[in-house]
Amino acid sequence: MELICPAGTPASLRAAVDAGADAVYCGFRNETNARNFPGLNFSPEELAEGVAYAHRSGAKVLVAINTFPRAGAVDLWHRAVDDAVAAGADALILCDVGLMGYAAENHPGTRLHVSVQAAAANPDAIDFYVQRFNAKRVVLPRVLSVPEIAAITRATACEVEVFVFGGLCVMAEGRCSLSSYATGLSPNMNGVCSPASHVTYEEEGGAIVSRLGGMTINRFGKGEAAAYPTLCKGRFKAGLSSGYIFEDPVSLDAATLLPGLRDAGVTALKIEGRQRSRAYIENVVRSFREALTALDRGRSIPAGMLQQMSEGQSNTLGAYRKTWR
Amino acid sequence: MRLTLGPVLYNWEPSVWRDYHYRIADEAPVDAVCIGEVVCSKRLPFFQDMIPEVAERLARAGKEVVLSSLALVTLERERKQTASLAREADHLVEVNDISALVHLAGRPHAIGPYVNVYNEATLKWLAGNGACRVCLPPELPAASIRVLAESCPGVDIEVWSFGRAPLAISARCYHARLHKLSKDNCQFVCGKDPDGLATDTLDGQKFLTVNGVQTLSSTYVNLIGSIPDLQAMGVSSCRISPQTCDMVAVTKVFRDVADGVIRPEQGREALASICDGVSFSNGFFKGQAGMLFQPGIANGASGAGMTGV
Repeated sequence: MELICPAGTPASLRAAVDAGADAVYCGFRNETNARNFPGLNFSPEELAEGVAYAHRSGAKVLVAINTFPRAGAVDLWHRAVDDAVAAGADALILCDVGLMGYAAENHPGTRLHVSVQAAAANPDAIDFYVQRFNAKRVVLPRVLSVPEIAAITRATACEVEVFVFGGLCVMAEGRCSLSSYATGLSPNMNGVCSPASHVTYEEEGGAIVSRLGGMTINRFGKGEAAAYPTLCKGRFKAGLSSGYIFEDPVSLDAATLLPGLRDAGVTALKIEGRQRSRAYIENVVRSFREALTALDRGRSIPAGMLQQMSEGQSNTLGAYRKTWR
Repeated sequence: MRLTLGPVLYNWEPSVWRDYHYRIADEAPVDAVCIGEVVCSKRLPFFQDMIPEVAERLARAGKEVVLSSLALVTLERERKQTASLAREADHLVEVNDISALVHLAGRPHAIGPYVNVYNEATLKWLAGNGACRVCLPPELPAASIRVLAESCPGVDIEVWSFGRAPLAISARCYHARLHKLSKDNCQFVCGKDPDGLATDTLDGQKFLTVNGVQTLSSTYVNLIGSIPDLQAMGVSSCRISPQTCDMVAVTKVFRDVADGVIRPEQGREALASICDGVSFSNGFFKGQAGMLFQPGIANGASGAGMTGV
C-alpha cells in the first residue's frame, strides 16, 4: 500500500519525502484547497520545486484543488488546475463536478483523483466519477467500516485511498455547513472550518470558555487543557444529556487496522495533517513507513510504535468499526 | 414564483405523515411536493406502503409529485433502493446523492440540496446530463444564486426559503448516541422528536438540532423578506421544508407574498405568529453566518444576532 502524506509547506514536503512517503499532497496558497490557512501552502513556483524534489526521490506529488469553485469566479480554480499540471503534478485531487469536467477535457493526460470532499461513499458514486471523468482513484469519506470498504474495492476497478491517521471529520466530508452556520466561512466555499478569525477564549469564573462566532463550544476547568473549538468536537446540551454530543476530541489512528485494510484491497493510506509541524510529519510518516515495512515482511506492528504515533492524545478507529455509528 | 414543499426530514408517525400530506393536497397553495426518505433508510419501511396513495392524492389535487432520494448512500440495500428509484420512478426523481446519476441514463431529473452545485460550470454540466431543476445548497449566498439563475435559463432554480437548514449528515446516529445506543439498535428514538432535538450550547444558546444522522440549524431559515429579490434574480421556486408548525398556513403566507397580495413585512409577521417561539435566520442568503437574521436591506446593519423576527 502507498503512503500518502500531507505537505503543508515546502519544508514539510521535503521532510515527508525524506521520511519515506510514496506521495505527498499539497495545495495552492488560496481558497482553491480545503486547508486555506495563513502560513500554509504553495505558490506555483514552490510547487514546481517541490515536484522536482519529490521526483528525485521517486515520490509523487498530488495537488488538492478540493473546494467548490465560487459562482462567477470559476477562473481561479481553472488556473489552479492549469498551474498544477504545468508544475508537473502527478495527480489532481478534485471534488467539484464542473472542475472535473474542465480537468478531464483540458488535461486528459493528468491523473484525476476524487477528493474525500466529493462524498463518493458507494460503488455507484465512484463509478460515476470513473465513467464521466476517467477518475483513477477515490479517497473514501470517513463514514465506512472496513468490511464496507472491502465490498467497494471488490465492486469497482477504481483505486481506493483511505485516511489512517490525524484529524477526523465526523460528518460526511464536503457536505457540512456547520462552520458557515456559525461563522459564514465553510470548508466547501472558503477552504476553512471553524476558522481562527472567529475563535475566542475567555476566562469566566475560573473556567476557560472557547467560542466560535460567539457560540460557546466548550468550557474547561482547572487542569483541563483548552482544546481548539472545532465545532463538531464541542460540548453541548441535548435533552437531558450534556457533553460531546457529536464526537469526543479524539484523532483517528487506524494503525492497528493496516492488515485489515490491506486485505480489504486498499491501494493507499492517507495521513491527515497539512497544518501540522514538520517534526510531527517526520515522526508520523517514519512510523507508518516502519509499520508498512513490518506488514510487508509478515511481522506484527511493534506496540511501542503505536504509542509513539499517538502522542498521548485520545484516539479512535472512527467509522472503520461499525459500532462507531 | 413556484412553491415546492420539501420532503419531511423527521421521523413522523406514518399516520401523521400521511394525514399531513392529505391536508397539503387539499389546502396548500403549492406547485410541487417532494416525498421520500432523505435522512435514514431505516425509517422507510414504516411509510413506504403509503407513498403510492399519497402520491395519487397529491396528483389529483394538481400538485406535481417529486420523489426524493436518500442523501447519504453507504449500505448495499440503500444503493439498490436508490438505483431502483432512479430507474423505475413514475414521477420526477430528486437526486440527493451523486450515485443516483448512474442509473438515470440521461432521463430528466431534479437535483436536491444535498448535491453540491456551487457554480455555473457544475450547473451546466448537470443540466447537460439531464437535470431540469436544481434545489441549491442552503449555504449559498445571494451573489452565487444570482449568477446561477442567470447562467442556465433552461434549468429551474429552487432556493431554500423556509425551515431548518440541513447542515451536515453522518454515518453516526446522534439520536442513538444520546440514548447510549448505536444506529444498528437505535429503537427509532428519533421518533420522539418530530421537529428535531434541540442541541444548545453549555451557556444555553440555541444552536443546532439533531435529527438522527442529520444535524440541522436551530433557527428556521426564512427568506420571506427576500422574495422580491429572488423573483428579480429569476429564481423559479421557493423550497419550503416542513416543520411541525401549520405548513398550510406557512405556504399560504408565501403564496400571498409571492403574488403581491401582502407585503414581505406582513408575511414575516404572519410567519412569526405561526411559528411562535422559533427564531428565524437568513444569514446564508445574506452572505453572513447562517444563524444570523438581517431584516430588510439598505444600510447593511446586521440584525439582532441570532434571535428576533
